[in-house]
Amino acid sequence: MRRLESLAMLESAPAARWEHFEHMADIGVRGIGATREQAFEQAALAMTAVITDPGSVAARDAVAIECEAPDEELLLADWLNALVYEMATRRMLFGRFEVRIEGHRLRACAWGEPTDIGRHRPAVEVKGATYTALRVAQETGGQWMAQCVVDV
Amino acid sequence: MDIARFKRRSEYEWEIEARGAMRVPGVIYATEPLLRDMDDKVWEQVVNVAALPGIVKASYAMPDAHWGYGFPIGGVAAFDPDAGGIVSAGGVGFDISCGVRSLHTGLSAQALLAAQKRLADRLYQRIPAGLGSTGAIRLGPKEMDDMLSGGARWAVKRGYGEAADLERVEEGGQMAHAKPGNVSERAKQRQRDEMGTLGSGNHYLEAQKVARVFDAAIAQAFGLREGDVLLTIHCGSRGLGHQIGTEFLKRMAIAAAQHGIALPDRELACAPINSPVGEEYLGAMRAAINCALANRQILTHLAREVFAEVLPAARLELFYDVSHNTCKLEEHLVDGQRRRLYVHRKGATRAFGPGHPDVPAPLRAAGQPVLIGGSMGTASYILAGAETGEARSFGSACHGAGRAMSRHQALRQWQGRQVVDELAARGILIRSPSSRGVAEEAPGAYKDVSAVVDAADAAGLARKVARLEPLVCIKG
Repeated sequence: MRRLESLAMLESAPAARWEHFEHMADIGVRGIGATREQAFEQAALAMTAVITDPGSVAARDAVAIECEAPDEELLLADWLNALVYEMATRRMLFGRFEVRIEGHRLRACAWGEPTDIGRHRPAVEVKGATYTALRVAQETGGQWMAQCVVDV
Repeated sequence: MDIARFKRRSEYEWEIEARGAMRVPGVIYATEPLLRDMDDKVWEQVVNVAALPGIVKASYAMPDAHWGYGFPIGGVAAFDPDAGGIVSAGGVGFDISCGVRSLHTGLSAQALLAAQKRLADRLYQRIPAGLGSTGAIRLGPKEMDDMLSGGARWAVKRGYGEAADLERVEEGGQMAHAKPGNVSERAKQRQRDEMGTLGSGNHYLEAQKVARVFDAAIAQAFGLREGDVLLTIHCGSRGLGHQIGTEFLKRMAIAAAQHGIALPDRELACAPINSPVGEEYLGAMRAAINCALANRQILTHLAREVFAEVLPAARLELFYDVSHNTCKLEEHLVDGQRRRLYVHRKGATRAFGPGHPDVPAPLRAAGQPVLIGGSMGTASYILAGAETGEARSFGSACHGAGRAMSRHQALRQWQGRQVVDELAARGILIRSPSSRGVAEEAPGAYKDVSAVVDAADAAGLARKVARLEPLVCIKG
């Protein structure tokens, strides 16, 4: 699996960014940051970018999210799947995230707004985060990386 | 991939000899060019599945196989519950019971073309497609459970469609032993507003003309003539199926470790069929199959309403409905013995041969219809289950073309508007809420479905009957 392209930089934290990577039928999302939490936040932004331009999503309403998993990789999949669930049932898109992780427990806030078909022009619906290419790791240089393939 | 890694059993059958942790060999059905084009990951995934407990005969991949989640897409594997056999959520797929339903319309292509644009516009207005679209019905808790037990039968009772439809749907439109109680509240919540919606990605509703008949006798038995118009729906169990898949993937990852099943890839997460998690998943998965059958039944009803308004001469009669993401308990002949096996088909279509009792009586002599979806600008195919399919692949065939390039590559190459215009110039009207989605699904992003179908036919998995070409496509 090769790295495809860096698609965006977050203005507040230059080290934090997200990118997509190739998967034949679907698409890979990868978040990179100074901390594990930042990497999780960026991975969530990468997932939003599969659907629409994250910059087009107003941070209007806040949704609280909690999940728990036996290890940090399953926790990443759980986190992204919790967002898929909130997007589907609230009919919302999210453009800003704040994640806290303690042990195997994640507490987060996601900010977004109701999906506006005309303005957001959603490309595709994300059905779920998978365990394919699922990886959470601190790389040489100290940066955290959190990634998996999402099913579309 | 490197074909030197295979032992060639015949022109279309490639064996990966059992070694290491593999309990059975791997077998890929393909022509040499199709095999060369396949991702190395297919080899790896076929080998991994061959190592799962209780697998019978071989780990199979169909000619359209590509890199999936744990199991390859286009994978077929059967497990014996009495030999420690497993069931795997990844082996079924996230979109449980995703499938294809085709209806005769009683119209000629000529008759449809007279109202082609109006039909495209009205179908697009009526069929909820794409992200954020909602269905016309909202299910309360009691009705949700009725739907999950009743499938298409429930939908017909609710006034969506006709009783005659049911005999043309697998399982008579209702999957037995579904357990709505095993479906989580979150999965039900995701489905509440999504009944009768198409979804997005590669899902579609298409009016197609029979462009060519290859097997006149079977085509006649199937009621297909060149120039006829069919209506075809490709979609699945929507949010409910995805949520069940997601939840059981995690539970099975934990269960597998508890049962001492070594997983080379977490996505292979599975549980013994005879275990609490395995049984719970089967009950939930069957409920999701009913959800998919009900969903396609409601979409059928909506399409009938549109045709009644735009082309009143049309008479939409169900030809067949077949799923390609399932795990079903079936009887198969293995080395002269009849055994009851749980057959996973992940991106693979059931293809029972002539005379099989599970094929509707009017079609039985010809073999089960196998509906193969192509991309929106190329073609789809109708095949018939072949006698040889039982011995080759537990009565299974391919399900579609498979992608030739990723969504990103497609986006770099095409724009949605351009794809829509080019297809319109060729007489194919596309309607979609998402221009980017159309670009990602551009016909050129898919492999040649004809090559896949020819390989399935030549390998004896199913017989090629007819080629369908799109006239109108509502793309999710």
